[in-house]
Amino acid sequence: MRPVSYAVPASVDEALAAIADLPGAKFLGGGTNLVDLMREGIEAPDVLVDVTRLPLAEITETADGGLRIGSGVRNTDLAAHPLLRGRYPVVAQAVVMGASGQIRNMATVGGNLLQRTRCLYFYDQAAACNKRERGAGCDAAAGHNRMGAILGASEHCVAVHPSDLAVALVLLDAQVEVVSRSGTRTISVGDFHRLPGQTPDVDTTLAADELVTAVLLPPEPLALRSRYRKVRDRASYAFALVSVAAALEVRDDSVTQVRVALGGVAHKPWRATVLEEQLTGRSATDEEFERAARAELAQAVGGPDTEFKIGLAVRTITATLRRLRDEGGAA
Amino acid sequence: MTIAPERTTTTAPPTEVPAGAPGPAIGRAVDRVDGLAKATGTARFSAEYPIPGLTHAVLVHAPIARGRITALDTTVAEAHPGVVLVLTHHNAPRLTPPPARMNPMDLSTMAAGSTIPFLNTDEVHVDGQPVAAVVAETLEAAQYAASLVRVEYLEVTPTGDFDAELGNSTPVRSMPVMPPTGGKRGDARAAYGRSPVQVDLAFSTPQHNHNALEPHATTAEWDGDRLTVYEGCQNIDWTQKYLAKRFGISAGDVHVVAKFVGGAFGGKSKVWAATLIACMAAKVAQRPVRLALTREGVYRTVGGRTPTRQRVAIGASASGHMEALIHEVTSRKGRVGGEADQVVACSLDLYDAATILAEQRIVELDLMPNTAMRAPGEAQGSFAVESAVDELAVVLGLDPVDLRLRNQPGERSPVHGTRYSHRRLAQTLERGRDLFGWADRPAPGTRDGKDLVGWGVAAAIHPSWEFIANVQLTVDATGGVTLACAFHEMGMGTATVVGQMVADCLDVPLERVTAVYGDSDLPMGPGAGGSGQTASLAASIERACRAMRKRLDSLSDRVGMPDGSDPGEVLSRAGEGSLTVEVGADSGPRATWGQVRFLSKMVLDSRRWMKAATGAHFCEVRVDADTGELRVTRWTSVFDVGRVVNPKTTHSQLRGGIVMGLGLAMGEETLIDTRSARIMNPSLAEYHVPVHADVPHLDIHTLDDPDPQMPLGILGAGEVGIVGVGAAVANAVRHATGRRVTDLPLTLDRIVG
Ligand SMILES: Cc1cc2nc3c(=O)[nH]c(=O)nc-3n(C[C@H](O)[C@H](O)[C@H](O)COP(=O)(O)OP(=O)(O)OC[C@H]3O[C@@H](n4cnc5c(N)ncnc54)[C@H](O)[C@@H]3O)c2cc1C
Repeated sequence: MRPVSYAVPASVDEALAAIADLPGAKFLGGGTNLVDLMREGIEAPDVLVDVTRLPLAEITETADGGLRIGSGVRNTDLAAHPLLRGRYPVVAQAVVMGASGQIRNMATVGGNLLQRTRCLYFYDQAAACNKRERGAGCDAAAGHNRMGAILGASEHCVAVHPSDLAVALVLLDAQVEVVSRSGTRTISVGDFHRLPGQTPDVDTTLAADELVTAVLLPPEPLALRSRYRKVRDRASYAFALVSVAAALEVRDDSVTQVRVALGGVAHKPWRATVLEEQLTGRSATDEEFERAARAELAQAVGGPDTEFKIGLAVRTITATLRRLRDEGGAA
Repeated sequence: MTIAPERTTTTAPPTEVPAGAPGPAIGRAVDRVDGLAKATGTARFSAEYPIPGLTHAVLVHAPIARGRITALDTTVAEAHPGVVLVLTHHNAPRLTPPPARMNPMDLSTMAAGSTIPFLNTDEVHVDGQPVAAVVAETLEAAQYAASLVRVEYLEVTPTGDFDAELGNSTPVRSMPVMPPTGGKRGDARAAYGRSPVQVDLAFSTPQHNHNALEPHATTAEWDGDRLTVYEGCQNIDWTQKYLAKRFGISAGDVHVVAKFVGGAFGGKSKVWAATLIACMAAKVAQRPVRLALTREGVYRTVGGRTPTRQRVAIGASASGHMEALIHEVTSRKGRVGGEADQVVACSLDLYDAATILAEQRIVELDLMPNTAMRAPGEAQGSFAVESAVDELAVVLGLDPVDLRLRNQPGERSPVHGTRYSHRRLAQTLERGRDLFGWADRPAPGTRDGKDLVGWGVAAAIHPSWEFIANVQLTVDATGGVTLACAFHEMGMGTATVVGQMVADCLDVPLERVTAVYGDSDLPMGPGAGGSGQTASLAASIERACRAMRKRLDSLSDRVGMPDGSDPGEVLSRAGEGSLTVEVGADSGPRATWGQVRFLSKMVLDSRRWMKAATGAHFCEVRVDADTGELRVTRWTSVFDVGRVVNPKTTHSQLRGGIVMGLGLAMGEETLIDTRSARIMNPSLAEYHVPVHADVPHLDIHTLDDPDPQMPLGILGAGEVGIVGVGAAVANAVRHATGRRVTDLPLTLDRIVG
C-alpha cells in the first residue's frame, strides 16, 4: 500500500478545512471499502481524514417525527436502533442483510452510501474500466458481470451500486445532509447517486470537499408496511443480484399507496416510478403486481450474464408485494 | 416488532460414537492433541517463525497470460527505504530447470507445479506469473515497493477459452500406479444403442480454486549451502527432494519444517512459485526471507481444480438393469503443466453395468496448471454420473435408492475384474435410507409455502491408497513412547490418531504416547494425499509395535518378567535407558530399492484388490419458487471408511468434505475472462465458498467395519465426503422443481426462470 498520512480532526470545521486544504485528502469512515480499494491501488489518497470521531454518531428524533441519522453511526447500531426498527423496518432489514457482522460493526452510514461498485473489472487493475479511468474502455460489458446493471446502464459502464441501505433510503425519500465550507445543503437520496452516462467515474453528486453529516428520514406512516427482500448467490455475505425495497397500502382490495425501489440492477438505487404509477389505484392482485413489475422492467436490457435478472426482478417484486399484502410489513 | 436476523445454524448435538473398537484407544473420540495450541494461538505456522534478521518478500505478478518481458525497471523500488533487493530474472540464481514430466522412479518430480523456470526466464506463460519479488525489512515496505516495479511486456493473445478449445483435445492415457482415467467392459456404444431405456446428458463443472484457511507461506533461510524452509506443505519428502534438485544441493542439505499446516486439500502437495522464489531471495539477500501469499496470490500462483465437460449416457432395461454406462470427459491442464483428474474413475466402480466405457480427453490452455483438490476427478465425475443415474430413476419411475441397489456389483470390480476387499456401498445406502426417513419422501414438486421441497440421494466412492511411511518408535524407561515420522498435520487430526494407534498396537495407555512429526529430519512420512496418510502410517506403526513388543518380550524374559509387561518397567528392570525400533529407515540405494519394492507391491496389490471408501448422501432442499434461491435444509450421510480410529476427527473430515461439496454444488466457480485468460474473482468476497447459513446440520454416520485388506482396516476418510455431494443436491433440486440442472454451480438462475 502507498504511504499515506492520517489526520483526526476534532471538529466538523477542522474536517472541512482538511479536505479543502490538504491535497489528495479523503474522508475515512470505517475503512471497510476505502482501505480495500487502497490495497488494490484503485484509490490512492495522500491523507486520510478520519471522520469517525466527529460528533456525528447520534440517531435523534426530528421535530416532525422523522429521524436524523448521523453519518458516523455504525451500520450495526443503526440496524439495532429501536426507533428505526419500529418506524422504518425496511431500513433495518436492508442493513442487516448487508456484508457481515464484523463489517457492519465498522461500517458507517456515510461510508455505506459512498461505497464503490463491486464490478470485477473495476477491482482489477489489469482490466479496462471507465469508472477507474475515464475513457479507458469497459471490459465488463462483454465479461463476467453477473452483478451488472440491467437498468440505466450506458455503453461506458454496466456497474451497479452495491449498497443495500441506499435502496431502502430511496424508497423512503430520505435526504442526505452535507456540509462544506460554503455551507449546508440537503440532497434527496434519489439524486445522490447518478447514472453512468458519459462519466461513470463520478458515482454521486457529492462534491469532493463535502462531508456527509446526516441522513434524514421523513415521517412516513407507509414505512410501517415495508419490507426489504434481497436475492443473492448464497444465504448470507453476498451482494444482491436483485433486491427489492417495497411499501404497500391496500384498502378494499385496491392499492392506495405503493412504493418500490430496486437494488443490484443499476448504477444507482432504482426507484420504480413506472410501477408505482401503474399500480396505484389498481386492485391488489398478483396479476396486477406482476403487470406493473413488467412495465417497470420493460426498459431493462440484459446481457448474457444478466438477462436472468430481468425476470428475477419481476418475480421478486411480485413476491414482495404479495407478501406485504398478505402479511403486512416486517414484524 | 422484530427484525428477521440473518439465518443462523444451530449448534448440532454431538454425533454418535461407533462401538466395536479393537482396543481402548482406537475408536475413542479423543480430542485433538493440537487443539489447545491452535485455539490459544501458540501453534506456529510457516509464516510465524520469529527468525532474527527476517526480511519480507512480496511478489510482482504479470497481468498478462502470455508474452515476454521487454523492459523491467526496479530502480524506484530499490530506492524505497527498507528495500533489501528486488529479485528478477536478471539477478535471480539460475536453478536446475523443472522436470518436463513426472518420473515414476522419482515421485518428487510430481512436486513440480509447472514447467515454468520462475525468474529464470523473460517469458510469461500464465496470468499472475511472478516476474519479480521485492525483499524488504518490513512487509509494508515490500508491498509498496512491489507496486513501484515497472514491467513492460510484449503480449501474445492467450488461449483461455476452454469451450472454444474442446475440438483440440487429445486422449488421456491411464498410467500405472495412478488413478484410472479410462476403462472398458464390452461394447458399451452398441449396448447403449440397443437399450430400451436411455438417458444421455451433458454436464459441465467450472474451475475451482484452493482457499485453505492458511494461504501458502514460506520462510526460507540459508546457512552456506544448507537450506531450511518452514513450509506448510502436504509432502515434506517431495518438497525436500524437489528443492534440493532445483537448487543443485543434496537432499540432506534441505531441512523442511512443516509442523502445522492450515489446511491444504491438495493445494500444498506441490512446490509452487512462491516457495522457490522465497528460497532464491534468501540466497541472494543472504538473509532469512518470509513470503506469505495474499489470498489473490494463491489464486494466481497455485493451481486449482480443472473444469470439466462431461457426457454420461446410460442404457437400461425396463426393469432398471444397466446395460450400458458411458462416461466421456474433457478436462484441461495448463500448457506449462498439470494433470488430468481421474474424472471417470467413479464410473468404473459404482455400478455393475453390463457394458462400460469411460474415456477422458484433455485440452491445454494458457492458464495456471491445475492441481489436486479434494477427490480430484471423483468430485466432478460423481456429479455427472450420479445425476444421470437419478435421471434414469425418474425416467424408469423407480426409486433412486432401489435403482442403485439393483445395480451394485458383486465380488469383483466390473471393469478391472479385481476383487473388492470388502464392499459396503449397499449398506450405506440402506442405512442412510432408514436414518433419513426416505420412505416418507414427499411427492415431486411438493410445495410448502413459498418453497418447493425436494429430497435427493447420491452414492460416493473413493479409492484407498497406501504410501511409504518410515517410522521410528522409541520407548524409554519412564514408560514414555515416542513415534517419530515426517507426516503432516494439516488439521485433520493425524497427530492424534497416530497416538491412538501406537497405544493399542503396543498395548500402552494413550497418555504415554507422543508423536513427533512435520520435519524432514525425521524418518520419511507418507504424503498427506489420496486419503492415504493414516492407513499408510497404520501399516508401519503395526510393524514397529510388533517388533518393539518382540524386543521388549525378550528383554522381559531376561529379567524374569512376564511377556506383555509394561515397557517402562521392563526397561528399568533391565537397566536400559530406551529402546528404538525403525521401520523402513533405509537410506541411499537401499531407499531407492525400498521405493521400487513398495511400488511393485502396490501394483501387484492393485491388480488383486479394489479397495475403496464408499458412502451415501441424503438431503432435503428448499427452492424459493419465485427466485430459485436454493437452501439445503437437511443432510444425512452414511460412510464406510473401514475402521474409524477416532470418530471425532473422522466425522470432521467427512463433514468438511460435505461442506466443500456444498461449495461445489451451490457457489464455487473461478471466473476466467477468456479474452485475457485471467482469473476475475480472486477473493473470498466474489468466489463463493459456503457460509455458515448455507450449511445445515450434517448428520454423519460411519459403519466402522474394518477393511480386511487395509492396515488396521482403515480405508481413509479425507475425500469420500465430497464425492457425490453435487449430485445429491442437484437430484434434490430435480425432485423439487422438475428441472435437471447439469451445470455447476446450481445458481438460482439455473434453477428457476
Ligand atoms: C466482503 C464485503 C461484503 C459486503 N457486502 C455488502 C452488502 O451485501 N451490502 C452492502 O450494502 N454493503 C456491503 N459491503 C460494503 C459495506 O457496506 C461498506 O464497505 C461500508 O458500508 C462502507 O462504510 P465505511 O464506513 O467502512 O466506509 P469507508 O470505507 O471508510 O469509506 C467509503 C467511502 O465513503 C467516503 N466517506 C466515508 N464517510 C464519509 C462522510 N461522512 N462524508 C463523505 N464521504 C465519506 C470515503 O471517503 C470513501 O470514499 C460489503 C463489504 C465487504 C468488504
